[in-house]
Amino acid sequence: MKGPPLLSVRDLSVHFHMAGSWLWRQPGAVLKAVDEVSFDLAPGETLGLVGESGCGKSTLGRAVLRLLPNIQGRVVWLGEDLAKLDEEAMRRKRREMQIVFQDPLAALDPRMTVGEIIAEPLRTFRPDMPAAESKAKVQAMMAGVGLLPQQINRYPHEFSGGQCQRIGIARAMINEPKLVVCDEPVSALDVSIQAQIVNLLMDLQRQYGMSMIFISHNLSVVRHVAHRIMVLYLGRVAEIADRDQLYRNPRHPYTQALISAVPIPDPDLERAKARLILKGDLPSPLHPPSGCAFRTRCPKATSLCAERRPELTPLELGHRVACHHWDK
Amino acid sequence: MADAAQTIAVPPSEEFKGRSLWSDAWRRLLRNRAALVSAILLASIALACVLVPLLSPIAYDDVFWDSVSAPPDFASGHYFGTDDSGRDLFVRTMYGGRVSLTVGLVATLVSLVIGVTWGAVAGFLGGRVDGAMMRFVDILYSVPFIFFVIMLTVVFGRHIVLIYIAIGAVSWLDMARIVRGQTMSLKRREFVEAARAGGVRQSRVILRHIIPNCLGPVIVYVTLTVPNVILLESFLSFLGLGVQEPSTSWGVLISDGARIMETSPWALCFPAAFLAVTLACFNFIGDGLRDALDPKDR
Amino acid sequence: MDAVLEIADLQVRFATPEGEVAAVNGVGLTVEPGETVGIVGESGSGKSQVFLAVMGLLASNGKAAGSVKFQGEEILGRPASALNQIRGARMSMIFQDPMTSLNPYLTIERQLTEVLVTHRAMSRGAARTAAVDMLERVQIPEADRRIGHYPFEFSGGMRQRAMVAMALLCQPELLIADEPTTALDVTVQAQILALMAELTRGARTALVLITHDLGVVAGLCDRVMVMYAGRVVETGAVRDIFHRPQHPYTAGLLASMPRLDSDLATHLQTIPGQPPNLQRLGPGCAFAERCPRVMDRCRVERPLLRTISGPGARQDGEGRMKACHLEEL
Repeated sequence: MKGPPLLSVRDLSVHFHMAGSWLWRQPGAVLKAVDEVSFDLAPGETLGLVGESGCGKSTLGRAVLRLLPNIQGRVVWLGEDLAKLDEEAMRRKRREMQIVFQDPLAALDPRMTVGEIIAEPLRTFRPDMPAAESKAKVQAMMAGVGLLPQQINRYPHEFSGGQCQRIGIARAMINEPKLVVCDEPVSALDVSIQAQIVNLLMDLQRQYGMSMIFISHNLSVVRHVAHRIMVLYLGRVAEIADRDQLYRNPRHPYTQALISAVPIPDPDLERAKARLILKGDLPSPLHPPSGCAFRTRCPKATSLCAERRPELTPLELGHRVACHHWDK
Repeated sequence: MADAAQTIAVPPSEEFKGRSLWSDAWRRLLRNRAALVSAILLASIALACVLVPLLSPIAYDDVFWDSVSAPPDFASGHYFGTDDSGRDLFVRTMYGGRVSLTVGLVATLVSLVIGVTWGAVAGFLGGRVDGAMMRFVDILYSVPFIFFVIMLTVVFGRHIVLIYIAIGAVSWLDMARIVRGQTMSLKRREFVEAARAGGVRQSRVILRHIIPNCLGPVIVYVTLTVPNVILLESFLSFLGLGVQEPSTSWGVLISDGARIMETSPWALCFPAAFLAVTLACFNFIGDGLRDALDPKDR
Repeated sequence: MDAVLEIADLQVRFATPEGEVAAVNGVGLTVEPGETVGIVGESGSGKSQVFLAVMGLLASNGKAAGSVKFQGEEILGRPASALNQIRGARMSMIFQDPMTSLNPYLTIERQLTEVLVTHRAMSRGAARTAAVDMLERVQIPEADRRIGHYPFEFSGGMRQRAMVAMALLCQPELLIADEPTTALDVTVQAQILALMAELTRGARTALVLITHDLGVVAGLCDRVMVMYAGRVVETGAVRDIFHRPQHPYTAGLLASMPRLDSDLATHLQTIPGQPPNLQRLGPGCAFAERCPRVMDRCRVERPLLRTISGPGARQDGEGRMKACHLEEL
């Protein structure tokens, strides 16, 4: 990593307070959607966030962009702590950090034309730009994401899912942000379209040099896109490593189970592979197990795991794992 | 993939026309025959009310001493007959229509502007601001409307503008509640989150994203508010709190006609029929709009 | 031995405000007893509609034509009263979203025992015992206690397991699973698929697995049928389809899927364009505008599904088929 990191997150936590009941003398429970997560992000780097339901990856993505209340911990952007900014200052910072959503059609205002949707960030941050220049930029961006510029006056419902996602990406990229958080950007798309969008994001990164936080439950897709990958379980970091290290040498039992569970489209390989099937179900995030959150489903769990929450232990360069028994 | 640094100049003539959701709704509305017929009928009535000088040379306060309480007679030029003061009922019904329709539209417009703004702001900001704003609405709801109007008339005297104010002050309450509900469900939708994440100012989010997407139910509600307002005005006029003589509205005409209906039924029937038909038209149009703007088709 | 399910020339048409749409256009399939068949396709391929038509569950604006034989008996177009004898007991279906497939107002016990009481005329008590037993086999912990719970008290994975239990309670001859694990986490998916494989193999239940995920198909299925725009484009034994695909769409799908074991090229291979609009299909092959090997002939003449020789061909001729003008891919 050359130079200072673009983004530096330390002990980020997002807690949701469930309403208690005064009548039944029940204190409100606390849902720790994200529990003390730390990581750095370099310019031009893609960090993959993987995990299953309830792991907090989407919440983490939004917390980094400060789209949620109740955020604790430090999010340092280019040396500046975002928590210390007031609302207006934060709003101005949003020019540099954007988000692409999971549901392509829902993320677009149905009453605005494609041109208006993509031009909105220009209106917001460069209100003095003349209309003709703005339109030219929008059409250039449309071409850049693989849309026909002539469709500038069409409405979102006239496009397919993949095209809607391209519109969302164009909107996110038009001000050339330094960071784009992609929240499951291809999960709602057909398989044959997913590859197109993944390629597009990678091309755009080569062209504009932005960093990405790529959130997905699909390990195969993340493997293509990410430089480094962070595995989350119940809001906590289980393992974080460079891409090749993670897939070749996963150390956390959850990562190993996750990788083993991904079906390989090859009948011989798929049937021959060793399966690590986890027992049981995901515990409720409201009542995570004591110590290590994964211990209820872990084949290696011991009494130590119930007593002490494992810290992130550094292994080789860039590879850290939160497990007491990673070396067994 | 095209190099994004190149400027792509596409002549506007080559751009595809979009098919907005409004045009889809419009097409659906045109297919609804009841709504279409009602719209034409309503337009005809409104046109007749406006163009009544072209239809009859008589003025609304002309008194015909020799034709007091005369039944309808095409030949004499009194198409709807005359009332017990000798005034032509056709012209008076049309002028009354002007007043009633104007009250309907103006008061509804007032309620639209205030109600939509109030509701959208309350729904969007939520929390304590929302609580305070909606409690204010609740308090206004509990004020007895008739007393409010009577108080206004006592203080300011009888004037047509008072009617606009009084009715407008009451009808925006429902609109605010509807818009608030719509806003609260809209602000959770992803495109609103996308706008906030894009750094769009809150005021612009409300104006550009929330309000246009609320308009469906709002439009339907407006077409149903207008008949309510007209009815309310008629009720006030019936009680004698509405417009002043010699000016008239359908409510006043109905009130007067009811008095003499045993001897001169035409004095009641014509204004009542016009009122009923107008209200029915608005209701059919409102239903048609509701079907046309059905959000399931988005 | 009689095939469990024989579909011939099935057509499903929907009446929409914009005109009639042929969601399924001439689909044929044979499922042998105990066999697992994978139906692969993306949105608009018609894969779900085929089996909704088989089960008699089409929406009110849909009409099915053709022939569907269950154990030799024609069932397409039969009234609900006749179908109800078969559905749930001899042929059952599980769907993608277990939350909407289970009645939120009834306990799991009620929903499971209903199948047994209706079709096997069991008493409530005996049905409950059988249901608890089944829940244990699908690995729901504390089955005896949990059977009294409501669906919302179960997690997504548990609900889907309860659905599998409900579908297999009467030991049907055929189980149709429509995207059963798409909405689930990948670790839960692995559990459910392993479960379905074990239970269907044990009871010799034929399984039709409808999915867009080729990895799932690779692990579980004996044969595969690939659909595109309402038609079958390729069928064959699973290894043949994966190692020697004969239709450009199948090959494209396989190539565009990112895999854990692939070399990392800078670009993923893609199928350009988007899935077709079923209301505006041309006279030729529906895949023509996206096909990397398209010829002039493809745009005007629709290729028919024909048998080709290969390891997957069976004695009855059905087996290895493709709908493509190309001789060899």
